[in-house]
Amino acid sequence: MLKDITLGQYFPGNTPVHRLDPRSKLIWLVGYIVALFLAKSWVSYLFMAMVLASVSATSRIRPKTLFSGLKPLIFIVCFTGVINLFYGTGEPLVQFWLFKITKEGIYNAVFMVLRIVLLVCGTFLLTYTTSPLQLTDGLERLLSPLKKLRVPVHELAMMMSIALRFIPTLIEETDKIMSAQKARGAGFDTGTLKERAKALIPLLVPLFVGAFRRADELATAMESRCYHDGEGRTRMKVLRFAPRDAAALCLCAAMITAVAVLRRFGL
Amino acid sequence: MDPIIKLENLTYTYGDAASPALDGVSLEIARGSFTAVLGHNGSGKSTMAKCLNGILRPTGGRVLVNGMDTADESRLLDIRRTVGMVFQNPDNQIVASVVEDDVAFAPENLGVPSAEIRERVDAALRCVGMYDYRLHAPHLLSGGQKQRVAIAGVLSMQPECIVLDEPTAMLDPLGRAEVLAAVERLRRERGMTVVLITHHMSECINADRLIVMSGGRVAADGTPRAVFSQVERMRAEGLTVPETTQLLHELNASGFDLPLDALSVDECADAIANFLKKD
Repeated sequence: MLKDITLGQYFPGNTPVHRLDPRSKLIWLVGYIVALFLAKSWVSYLFMAMVLASVSATSRIRPKTLFSGLKPLIFIVCFTGVINLFYGTGEPLVQFWLFKITKEGIYNAVFMVLRIVLLVCGTFLLTYTTSPLQLTDGLERLLSPLKKLRVPVHELAMMMSIALRFIPTLIEETDKIMSAQKARGAGFDTGTLKERAKALIPLLVPLFVGAFRRADELATAMESRCYHDGEGRTRMKVLRFAPRDAAALCLCAAMITAVAVLRRFGL
Repeated sequence: MDPIIKLENLTYTYGDAASPALDGVSLEIARGSFTAVLGHNGSGKSTMAKCLNGILRPTGGRVLVNGMDTADESRLLDIRRTVGMVFQNPDNQIVASVVEDDVAFAPENLGVPSAEIRERVDAALRCVGMYDYRLHAPHLLSGGQKQRVAIAGVLSMQPECIVLDEPTAMLDPLGRAEVLAAVERLRRERGMTVVLITHHMSECINADRLIVMSGGRVAADGTPRAVFSQVERMRAEGLTVPETTQLLHELNASGFDLPLDALSVDECADAIANFLKKD
């Protein structure tokens, strides 16, 4: 049952978007977010939605898959929308007690919801088309200038990839412990909220103890395989910028420019 | 020829434990040999394994790997790339989420050029028969497959010696057979020095040399035949001997004059048949 958890889910494929260097995809995402925050009008939002649609079509990720990722966020999206509804200045359209809804308020709310949806979908598109390992690799390379400021970039990327590697292992272990507790009469699905929270303690304690033991053994195994630190390390799969990456980055710059120009003309 | 590993009066005491886990062990591991180390829990066999590549520094005595002292921090990387180590739990020694990336981990740490890493990874995976699984996620493999990936992960360092610390303890019989076959191949095809630490008698039979550990000391050392024929002594150490030896020992005790050093089932059967023919 716990295996259904999808964290940083990746759909393997061989489309131009999949083949892109993870670094260019990360830069693209940053550019996309900047453009989203520059967008001010219907025209620019429509433009951004079209950008998202064309990228998702190129990567053969179905819109349905993309939107299914939004489900857990529905509450936050609606909440933000409603809050923004009441934060408008100008002529009130409807007024009751302390609240007033203005034309600007409605615009704000709709734009805010659109912005969040586009933002989340864009981020999902990145994780759907990039394997976790490529992603951490790309992050490490992109952030490597920060090493000069003594930011432990390599160590952070290493931690991230180990965390991703152990998610399935720990989920499997949780499943096992749950079965063992259930076999001895523990109930995880019944009782009041307080009782259910209490039932989690005998689950979490062995899980944490196990995780620390694993960490210790993994550290020994890594040392045995000559892991020291990032210094002098090479990679089997070297990231290389291809012509398509240059093209992608030009498109990204064009997108930001287009939105900036639209904004300049008050659109 | 120089021994690849030399232990000189090796002593190790954990933290503030009252008695040492290893108490004055001296032995040499010959190049290209297959040594099995047998002993039950708390006999010091895993502690000894961890001393062989400098994971633990001796609290007394010395460990020399190709003449390099494991207490010398500047030689630690050279020592670890000479003596590769495989541990008990395959889950806890796989670092990456893709098989081939995990096998590449050690040569990446050593700064090997990318093209050569690729070659080493492919060769190591072929050697343990896991090449077809190179793009799989490790958590979807069986225990025996995971352990073979772990062995490949050590082979890609191109070590001269491989130490396996109870590599089959967590595996089912099929997985055990897979791993032992892979180890056997390393020895036969690559002439690699193998140190196999185990508590399964049957895994020791093919070794050139069997060391029995007990209470942090070497209790017996010799060919498996010679060691197992000391049935009474093995029992005193709390170890059982293979069923074949046990049968021959019981027969001997009842007054039948049979050799004690027939380890495999076939040899044992032959020994009994010969005895019957003689009568």
